Amino acid sequence: MFVKINGKKEETQAETLDALLKSKDIEPQMVSVELNNALIARTDLADSPLKEGDAIELLFFMGGGI
Amino acid sequence: MAFTEEQLVRYSRHIILSEVGGKGQKKIGKARVLVIGAGGLGSPIALYLAAAGIGKMGIIDADTVDLTNLQRQIVHHTKDVGRPKVDSAAEKIKDLNPDVEVVTYQKYLDAENALEIYADYDYVIDGTDNFPAKFLINDAAFFSKKPLIHGGILRFDGQLFTIIPGESACYRCIFPELPPQGIVPSCQEAGVLGALAGLIGTLQATEVIKLILGIGNPLTNRILTYHGLETLFREIKIKKSPDCPLCGSNPSITELTMPVQEVCDFNPLEAEKKDQ
Repeated sequence: MFVKINGKKEETQAETLDALLKSKDIEPQMVSVELNNALIARTDLADSPLKEGDAIELLFFMGGGI
Repeated sequence: MAFTEEQLVRYSRHIILSEVGGKGQKKIGKARVLVIGAGGLGSPIALYLAAAGIGKMGIIDADTVDLTNLQRQIVHHTKDVGRPKVDSAAEKIKDLNPDVEVVTYQKYLDAENALEIYADYDYVIDGTDNFPAKFLINDAAFFSKKPLIHGGILRFDGQLFTIIPGESACYRCIFPELPPQGIVPSCQEAGVLGALAGLIGTLQATEVIKLILGIGNPLTNRILTYHGLETLFREIKIKKSPDCPLCGSNPSITELTMPVQEVCDFNPLEAEKKDQ
């Protein structure tokens, strides 16, 4: 199915948010995840099914500044 | 307080803007802004706020200027290597605009001093480079109800957003807890394009001046991210979270404490040696 990840249309076989992160080699602790504009708690990633057309935002920690 | 002839000329390009005018320029001249970190983000923030004629600027940074800083920390010059960053920054600010009252704090912000320092300012800007500081700055802004402009950079990317405590989404609404040490690389480990720090810091300075003037739409409840390699800005809508451990309806953080993260002793020179 096709989903939108950070604004870009991508094809994925992942059926949950947790599986999507795994498929992209992203540690869940590195990001906050929004599904269709709602923030998903890290503990709920495995229980969050994906469907065609979902919009996913991966908000990465950025610790730099100095 | 009336403007002097010199000030009318100095700030003429602001005053001519109908959204600013003499009235707005006076607001800028009365505003008190705390800049945390006199580094990559703090440099353009301090310089633009000084040029704008900010009334009082606090600068807090415990470090001294290092040669590796000069690639992006444009408030410091080659002759400043070895000097306290706050002294180097204060000198440039005074050179640029003697109207600005500068207060320097050569120390780290911590749970003991944060609220006392915040009390002397109206706005806070985050220009720090580590997560315990970023979380502490957010928590202290909440407890002292001071608007905060958050900023972060890494490699070619950056992000910023404005937090009006109690009203708009805070840092912990999006990132409830600190990432474990080592999961997210620092600029020291991963590098950062120098000009990117200038870009994000300049956006932070713009946002605080908008707040001071009360004009436009503040960057609240949305994160602006910049992706330098693609030259792409994106806006991500965020919301104040009822589950936020700080500003949610049942908070677990009820007083200011230092957020804890394992200490990192990464040494880039040692790592370089290992690579060879």
